[in-house]
Amino acid sequence: MAFFILRRTGVMILTALCLTFVVFFLTNLAPNLEKLAKTQGNARMSDAEVTSWLDRNGYGGPLVVRYGEWLGVVPGWVRFDEPTGEWRGRCILRGQSPEDADRFCGLLQGDLGYSTVSNAEVAAIIGGRMALTGVLMFWAFAVMVPTALVIGIMAGMREGSRMDRALSTFSIGTTATPEYVSGVVFIILLASSQTGLSPLLVDWGWLESGTLFLGSARSAMDGVTFWNFTLPVITIAFYGIGYIARMTRASMAEVMTAQYIRTARLKGVRFRTIVLRHALRNALIAPFTVIMLQIPWLLTGVVIVETLFNYNGFGWTLVQAASNNDIELLLACSVVAVFVVLVTQLISDIGYVFLNPRIRIS
Amino acid sequence: MDTLTWAGGIGAFVNPALSLAVLVFVLGFVANLAMTIAGMRPGPLVVNADHSLSPQRGPVDYALLSMKYAVLVLALGCAAYVVGGLVLADPQRSGIIGAMSARLMPVWTALVVMFVLSIAFKRRLGLYGKLFDSPVGMIGLGLAMFWVFAAVFADIIAPHGPIDVISQMRNAKPGSALPAPGDGQYAWYLLGGDNLGRCVFSRMVHGAFEVLKIAPLATLFAFMVGITLGLPAGYYGGKLDTGLTFLANLVLAFPVILLFYLLVTPEIVAAGIPNYLSMVMFLFPILFVAILFNARYRTQALRRNLIVGIIIIVGGMAYVSLISNASDTRLPQLFRLWPEALDLFDVPGNLLIVFVSVVFVNAPTVFRIVRGLVLDIKTRDYVAAAQTRGEGPWYIMLWEILPNARGPLIVDFCLRIGYTTILLGTLGFFGLGVSPESPDWGSTINEGRRLLTVHPHPALPPALALMSLVLGLNLLADGLREESLKD
Repeated sequence: MAFFILRRTGVMILTALCLTFVVFFLTNLAPNLEKLAKTQGNARMSDAEVTSWLDRNGYGGPLVVRYGEWLGVVPGWVRFDEPTGEWRGRCILRGQSPEDADRFCGLLQGDLGYSTVSNAEVAAIIGGRMALTGVLMFWAFAVMVPTALVIGIMAGMREGSRMDRALSTFSIGTTATPEYVSGVVFIILLASSQTGLSPLLVDWGWLESGTLFLGSARSAMDGVTFWNFTLPVITIAFYGIGYIARMTRASMAEVMTAQYIRTARLKGVRFRTIVLRHALRNALIAPFTVIMLQIPWLLTGVVIVETLFNYNGFGWTLVQAASNNDIELLLACSVVAVFVVLVTQLISDIGYVFLNPRIRIS
Repeated sequence: MDTLTWAGGIGAFVNPALSLAVLVFVLGFVANLAMTIAGMRPGPLVVNADHSLSPQRGPVDYALLSMKYAVLVLALGCAAYVVGGLVLADPQRSGIIGAMSARLMPVWTALVVMFVLSIAFKRRLGLYGKLFDSPVGMIGLGLAMFWVFAAVFADIIAPHGPIDVISQMRNAKPGSALPAPGDGQYAWYLLGGDNLGRCVFSRMVHGAFEVLKIAPLATLFAFMVGITLGLPAGYYGGKLDTGLTFLANLVLAFPVILLFYLLVTPEIVAAGIPNYLSMVMFLFPILFVAILFNARYRTQALRRNLIVGIIIIVGGMAYVSLISNASDTRLPQLFRLWPEALDLFDVPGNLLIVFVSVVFVNAPTVFRIVRGLVLDIKTRDYVAAAQTRGEGPWYIMLWEILPNARGPLIVDFCLRIGYTTILLGTLGFFGLGVSPESPDWGSTINEGRRLLTVHPHPALPPALALMSLVLGLNLLADGLREESLKD
């Protein structure tokens, strides 16, 4: 078991290195750097000036060396700047002498760099945004997982019944509704003062004025309420429900045909007891993996929902960083995203082995 | 010209029936639920004197029966709108729904012809014919083909062009009449105008063409890449398998949205990365087809040389025409070498990038599925028989293993077209789509969402269109899976 976890972790680290290198390569292509030089310096730089600007600011060296510096395994660049008479370098703060500064400053030292667009440390920006997204993800999971499991178990306990068919159709329906469709429909139905339910409810006197829910989650950043946070949460949850429910249904249906369930039925155990006591525990092994693997999938959903509902979390930051050519911030975002994906994969692999007594790693 | 109402003259008869049907359905559902929770069960079957069985109906049965008939009435009501629109022909009498149905005339015709022919010959049509035994599969096929036909006949169906702007019609409500319709110009915006004054209905129909132009083809290419790499990985195993699986996992661990943002931005395009990617990706289809026929006709040298030669020449021409564009000065030198005179067609840069990105994202998943199937199938006796016969490895992979893996692959193909449609929509939603003016559904939703709470009508039709297409494909895949498991 220990060897299995060790090997999986090794592969994970190798994957992480490859992926971050690819992202580093793609964000540090010549056109990106040229754009960076022109936005930081001035827009009418000649090609020679761009090259010298990049050289002075540490973007000149070979790509692999710069990746090493960013990672923190190669000493940061240090250069004496002629015009200002100061030492400058990756790890040198303004006015600091090169002897006082650290030799390495990169990802491994916890230094994520500096966001050129918002003029702040990347680590500070990312931390706050991650917390906001964490809240969103937590509520989305809190809604999605129980709903999906209940739907899947209800559908799977009597395969082919009317309830099974109705719930399965519903699950297929939700998997066909990506976040940008369900979000739009929910906003129109529940958060518009012109159409949908809200004007009806106001007419009937059930609602004071305004709308049933708020179509923007901007105010949820200060405090989450039922009114401003419901729509983003159910929008994310809706797309994921179908997939988990279908997996749960398949697993439940398989368990219900097992010999020991038939034995229990023949012994006259009540159907409810069979489902809750005997079938449920074995039926939930497969969905566990699916739920863990759902997290990276939710990442895309989070980006869409945060953009749609104007919630300045991690996804929104990623979009902003990518469209503003904010290289260090985008790199940090991708490190977080890659880390989340790989760790959930690892947990789901290990968890599956732990939960399923039939699998033994020797 | 007056503003159209939703239902027009048809509504006077049909709307009450529809409301009644909905009411009965809801009541039936609630009653059924309450009775089931209270522990009542449907009535038992009774054996008659002549040994036939007849159900003894209890309250639960009547509730279910009323729900069934309510659904039937609902379906008939919807059909009445479609037929009414076709019969009445005049939009002012048939209303918006009827007028849309009249515009969709070619789609209805094509659907009816397709279903009649398919059902008539279903026993001779293999797996496709079996689809017509499953209601779910038929509904799915109907929905998917509705949009396919809408895309094919887009120019006939759409009353206005996708980028025709009439500035007075900005954010016009559904059914608004044009201020000064020209001769032969359709006098209404059936689903209203968007924020620039373009017809929402026309853009939705043209959007179907934009989406269905890319999604199925991109999925096909992803399958060719996945199959060409997955077959040897599963069959040979060993180092090749380890390497390819690692690469596939690498792409799969990449968050899709980040990958799109990295691949589809102007800077990356200027660096030529998508062109290098397409250079690699588009090699696989040619490779696949060439190996396929090479393996088949290996023993007949003359025929083999002829077929493979033709494939390589035709495919090669298409390949270099596709990836190179001598007139585009932004591209790296490598992609401008091929002379313009021999360049058969040029694909607009943005389209190529979107296409390649979607193939790139889908291919690893297909690879994993194919690899898994091959690992299972290669232990079968007929593979051992072919090996004993002395067949080459590629013959066994492509002509023994692949045909036997077709069931799951066809099902996944349908699902994957739907997923690709969602991906394309995501790209459009973030403004990374084919072009800013393109009527594809994702971009239209993106434009419409800014004024969503005030003017919901521009964003809703493309959103529902996308959902119904993907739903159709998912149901189709479900029906196919069910039917293919039956043999």
